[in-house]
Amino acid sequence: MSLTPDDVQRIAHLARIEISAAESAQTREQLNAILAFVEQLQAVDTTGIVPMAHAVDVVQRLREDRVTETDRRDDFMAIAPESEAGLYLVPKVIE
Amino acid sequence: MSRWEVVIGLETHVQLATKSKIFSGASTAFGAEANRQACAVDIALPGVLPVLNREAVVCAIRFGLAVGGEIAPRSIFARKNYFYPDLPKGYQISQYETPVVAGGGLTIRIDGTEKFVRLTRAHLEEDAGKSLHEDFHGRTGIDLNRAGTPLLEIVSEPDLRSSAEAVAYAKALHALVTWIGISDGNMQEGSFRCDANVSVRHPGEPLGTRREIKNLNSFRFLQQAIDYEIQWQINELEEGRAIHQATVLFDPDTGETRAMRSKEDAHDYRYFPDPDLLPLEIGPEWIAEVKAGMPELPQAMQARFQADYGLSAYDAATLTATREMARYFEAAVAAAGRENAKPCANWVMGELAARLNRDERDIASSPVSAGQLAGMIRRIGDGTLSSKLAKEVFDALWNGEGQGDENAADAIIEARGLKQVSDASAIEPIIDEVLAANQKSVEEFRAGKEKAFNALVGQVMKATRGKANPQQVNELLRKKLSS
Repeated sequence: MSLTPDDVQRIAHLARIEISAAESAQTREQLNAILAFVEQLQAVDTTGIVPMAHAVDVVQRLREDRVTETDRRDDFMAIAPESEAGLYLVPKVIE
Repeated sequence: MSRWEVVIGLETHVQLATKSKIFSGASTAFGAEANRQACAVDIALPGVLPVLNREAVVCAIRFGLAVGGEIAPRSIFARKNYFYPDLPKGYQISQYETPVVAGGGLTIRIDGTEKFVRLTRAHLEEDAGKSLHEDFHGRTGIDLNRAGTPLLEIVSEPDLRSSAEAVAYAKALHALVTWIGISDGNMQEGSFRCDANVSVRHPGEPLGTRREIKNLNSFRFLQQAIDYEIQWQINELEEGRAIHQATVLFDPDTGETRAMRSKEDAHDYRYFPDPDLLPLEIGPEWIAEVKAGMPELPQAMQARFQADYGLSAYDAATLTATREMARYFEAAVAAAGRENAKPCANWVMGELAARLNRDERDIASSPVSAGQLAGMIRRIGDGTLSSKLAKEVFDALWNGEGQGDENAADAIIEARGLKQVSDASAIEPIIDEVLAANQKSVEEFRAGKEKAFNALVGQVMKATRGKANPQQVNELLRKKLSS
């Protein structure tokens, strides 16, 4: 399997990364090289092996349902690019 | 014109009743000032890690048990990737290939018949924040208090065939999640929101293309939106146009649905297992522990009410509409005695429900306690109080007379002299007086007019100020008139 230039543009758009035509060509080569590795992996017979969702075979630890966080809005607002009336401001979202 | 079949499936987002968020220790309390309950994890500062809230998992297990679904021994959290300012991580943590609950179902009642609605799945996920589009000098304001609030998304199979069925299902689901205590079900605050997938087809044909109506937060809007959407789709098809898959919004002001600007890649979420979270394991011991703490479910309770108290299916269903109502009814029966179960049911569903409804009160905060109501019903049962005068006693109780006193009904009957007179020697002289004063009615009755008899009963009841036992008045009066 290999990616077309359109695939690369689409992936870039989904990731909100702007790439030039030259970068696009280079990225396509790199991504295709990665997919080639994946193809090698897929050639391995994995019959009877339970798929893993994580590299280490341990299970999720759980947290008790307690409120442990204090209000740190002022600290967080101080490092936000823009804020007003306790809200983080972002470029206008239409729809 | 050919007939159309409507196919509807619902996806419901239920906000879980935890104190803290699903992956952080920030509070989930409603109504806080903007961003005061959004911690570093919720606003996605670099380097933070999610830690799963045990109680959110317990809620999911409870739900799985309540609907007879399969609780996954091992389930995975996944990242659902999309960009929106109220989703600061750039992805929502959800579950994709392995949800915590699979299958199960819910019985709904529609026009007196039952229907089983299958569930596809229920999975845990986090809520997003809120965008405020009011004008901040051409900017959008973001409040992240809601970000990270635990949700259970419950997906039904496309088993619903009308807007009425969809509403019946949503109501049954709402009743269940509040019954088992996993959500407060507050729809105004967004704790229970539905997305409806709607399509139409000719019966027997494959499924038509569906459109998804997003974010319906009232049963009325759910009904209106689906009805509009069905008609719109039928019109399109009958005029030869195809339906295109789309996400639509319902506008309550116009009663119409309209497509959101379609983004071709809007549904390309590129799910993958979240490397920050390990698989969630739920062992049989944990399930057993949760099961032991489950309340009796509405359906089991309905069956018991029918078997133990001889109630009809309708009464049993009405009394188990909420856990509070069922609790009240059972407390009343416990105090009034099982032989009074039917009158208890009638009073709870009738007079009490009507008053609560009128005053917009909750049964849990009813001014008339279950014990007080039971005390009054006992007096009707033993003949002390006529059903007619019981209304007066109930009024007094409702208005707070004898508040806190479980025997308030007795005190009210005594103080107001409402005791039913069933003593023949007390009633007979009154009957004689009435007969003497109403010779015309007496003659009419003897001439065969049954109506005249009722008039005489009325006069006797009036003379005793409603206290005479009506049945006894009837008997005595007939005896006297035929002698």
